[in-house]
Parts: sequence; C-alpha cells; structure tokens
Amino acid sequence: MGGGFLALLRGDVQAERAIPKRGFTAQLTTVVAGVLSFLAVFVLALSLSASRIAKDWASDLGGATTVQLPADRADDIESVLQLLRNTPGVTEARALTADEEQALLAPWLGANMPVDLLPVPKLIDVTTDETFDAAAVAGQLAVVGATLNDHDGWREPLAEVASRLRTLGWATVALITLALLGLVTLAARLSLTSNTQTIGVLRLVGATDTYIAHAFMRRLMLRAATGAAIGTVIGFLVMRRIATIDSAPEFNVAMPFDGWQALWLVLIPVLSGGAALLATQFAAHRTLREIP
Amino acid sequence: MIDLKNVAFGYGGALLFSRVDLELAPGSFHFLTGPSGAGKTTLLKLCYGALHATEGQVTAFGMAFDAQSRDATAKARRRIGVVHQECSFLDHLTVAENVALPLTVTGRQDLLGNLEDVLRWVGLARQSGQLPPQLSGGERQRAALARAVISGPEVILADEPTGNVDWEMSVQVLRLLADLNAAGKTVLFATHDLALIRHAKGLVQARVLRLNRGKLQQAGADL
Repeated sequence: MGGGFLALLRGDVQAERAIPKRGFTAQLTTVVAGVLSFLAVFVLALSLSASRIAKDWASDLGGATTVQLPADRADDIESVLQLLRNTPGVTEARALTADEEQALLAPWLGANMPVDLLPVPKLIDVTTDETFDAAAVAGQLAVVGATLNDHDGWREPLAEVASRLRTLGWATVALITLALLGLVTLAARLSLTSNTQTIGVLRLVGATDTYIAHAFMRRLMLRAATGAAIGTVIGFLVMRRIATIDSAPEFNVAMPFDGWQALWLVLIPVLSGGAALLATQFAAHRTLREIP
Repeated sequence: MIDLKNVAFGYGGALLFSRVDLELAPGSFHFLTGPSGAGKTTLLKLCYGALHATEGQVTAFGMAFDAQSRDATAKARRRIGVVHQECSFLDHLTVAENVALPLTVTGRQDLLGNLEDVLRWVGLARQSGQLPPQLSGGERQRAALARAVISGPEVILADEPTGNVDWEMSVQVLRLLADLNAAGKTVLFATHDLALIRHAKGLVQARVLRLNRGKLQQAGADL
C-alpha cells in the first residue's frame, strides 16, 4: 500500500503519456479546485480572525475589573481605592486620570469636550487574580454607591460567538471539501468515459485496471493541487488586501495566517490533491468496471 | 494454451453459438472462418478474456478466465497478442511508441531493443516516427501485428486482419503470421477470405474451423 502510494506520487511517465491531455475535464479540475480553495482561504481567514479577535478581547478583559463611582460621590474615591487595595485578590487598583476618561469619551463627545465640567462617574481600573471574590466586593462597594463590573457579561457571549464562528468555519470547510470530492469524482468519470478507446487499447496490450487508474489519478491529483495552490495564493493576497486599510490602521482586521497558521496555506493545496486522489481512485475503479 | 470447453455465448438472451470445444495447442495454426455475424470476433474475445462465456469454460494457460480477477486476466492477456480488423491506436503517440506500448505498460523496457527489428520485420521502419492517422490501411494492420508480437506472446489471435487491405497486403500479413507460427507461436486467424486460406496451404500447416449456425466445425474439403 505504502509502496504503491509512493509509486503513484513518483508517477509513471509512460503511463501518463498514454492518456491524451486533451479534454475540458483537465481545465475543469484545475478551475474547480482553484475556486474552492479560494473560498476555503476566505472561510478559514474569517474563522481564524474572528477567533483571534474574540480571544484578544477576552484576554484584554480577563483579570480586569472596573469600579464605577457616581459623580456625586467622587470625593469618596480615595476610601474606595483604599478598600480595594486591602481586598484579597486585588493586585492593582488605580483611578483613571482625567486624560484617560477624556480619551474614553472622545468617540462620543469629541476630543475637546471639557469632561471635568460634566457629571461623569469616576472610574477605577482594578487588576485581579483568580482569588478575587467579585460578589463579596460588589456588596462592600454598594455601601458607598459604587458598582463593580468584572466584564463577564462581555466575555461569555464573545467566547460563544467565537466558538460558533469556528464551528461554522469548519463546517463550511467540510462542505467545500465535499464539493471538491464530488466535482473531482465527476471530472474523473468524464475523463475516463471520454477515453474509452484509449482504455480499450491499453487493456488489449495487457494493462491492468490499477495501471490505467493510476495514470488518471496522478494527473487529476496534480491538476487539483495546482488549481488549489493558485486559488490559495490569490485568496491569501485578496485577504491581505481586505484586511489592511492603510489610511486607518486602527480598523485593520487581525490578519490570519501568520505564525503556525501559515501552515494552512500549504495544507490547502496538499489536502486538495489528497482529496482529488481519493475521489479519482473511487471513480476510476468504479468506472473501469463499467467500461467493457 | 487456450481451451474452450462446451462454451456457449449469447447476447441479450439469444444464443450466438453453443457447445463449442476448441483447443489451441502450442505451435498450432488455426483458421477460423464463417459468415459475417457468425460470432468469429466474439469467439476470439472469449479466447483473450474480453468476454465471458454464458456457459462452459475458457481457460488460458491453465487458468479459467471467469475465476480470475480483472488484473489477473489483464496479466494473462500479456501472453496473448491480439490484432483486430479495426486496429485502434493511441493517435497522439508515434507508431514506434504504439508498437512499444505492451512493453511500456508491463514495465518490460528491457525488450525495447527489439523495437527496431520488429518494425523492420513488418516493413514500418521508415514510418516509426509518424502518427497512426498518417498510416495507410495496410500499414495500420502491420503496425497492429508488430504491437501484438513485440512482447513475445505465446499466442496470436488475429481477427480479420486482412479485412481492409488488398490481396497483396493480405498475403504479406499472412506470411508474417506464418513466420510467427514457424517460430513456435500459436496462431488463431479469423477470416472470411477463403482464397487466403487456400493460399496459406503452401505456407503453413493449418486446421480450418468454420463457425456457422451456432456451431463450430472442422471445415471440409471444399476449402
């Protein structure tokens, strides 16, 4: 089996020369693999990006808690800070500066709004560890009218959305693979049935069905892998272009396929070739049994 | 070599022939004659496993075709050279590449040294680089014969190999087959050309079989 597979990968020049290269199935396989790989790159990119953004947000918010003190209780800020610093599980507690508050409100109120003249609540940025008991602290803070937000309300839906996007991404990749298998099977059958005279001649001179099947399998595998490589490269370039907005870098989507994720760009053509090989093997043996 | 025992064959329920017994002994030469549609081509196809008998058994080199896998049948076919009236080639390959096909398909490149000799033997040395569509009818028959013998098969099955060529070329093809028989090959030559069979009397010791009305018989003195 292993030896046969390696022999198939190495190929047999004579066997492949025996099969004419004409026919639209050649272009069909390449184009289909290219288009499906292009779509696969998009789906993977979206899935990986969404996953990464959600992870980044969750990571940024993880261990971060915000305490809000109403504007009319602003004078109590030092005592609240003291309370927090003495609370187990709090590693750091600090009040946001006026500039930081200004920056937070700038998107809604504009950069030049005099925030200090507005009844804006005071915010305390609290960093915690896993021993922090949010419920207990919230009770203590309620006495002075302060509220505690540990961002769980954000984190959980984000994690859920990321998980659903990942599932959706993989399901779509599975559907794309199924479509590739189906279309390559169809292309292989078309290729074989349009070469019945060639198959008849090869059989007449003693070629086994395995020999004939291999000649078709390797050719279709290489066509699918080539199409997939082209589709992957185009998909990657388009994705990079979409993900980068030069005039407003702060809105750039997190670019997937860096680091280990780049492996996907290699795997897509390899897996497409493998899928084509399986589909062609199935179609070839089945179709050769049908050709008298 | 090839034995047919009590063989029957039919298409779509209608029997074409039945109770056919035939033994192709090593080194023998048989003519198979009979009217068009009698089943000569079918009988030859049974002999190399391209068709399976409806009844009875066909064995080649001691193995029954219907008990073999498809790949085993293909391997048995390598010991049989087949020439058809409508000889098919791979039109994108040269004549030489087509003739060498049985060697390249079976991985016997060591015999490629015989290619030039075989092409010369059938008188196609000059045409070796041409494509099959460029050959005349007689040249195609000789190329098919060269392809059938290049790998040194033990049996040659020729199905109306002279059906599309003139008398001179028919005699030439007959002589080539007689040469092969003289070299020890077993030959079964299907033809409806009785004149050619009569002409062969001076060239080869042959049995003449007639397939007619569903039966295979030894031909009489009328030949």
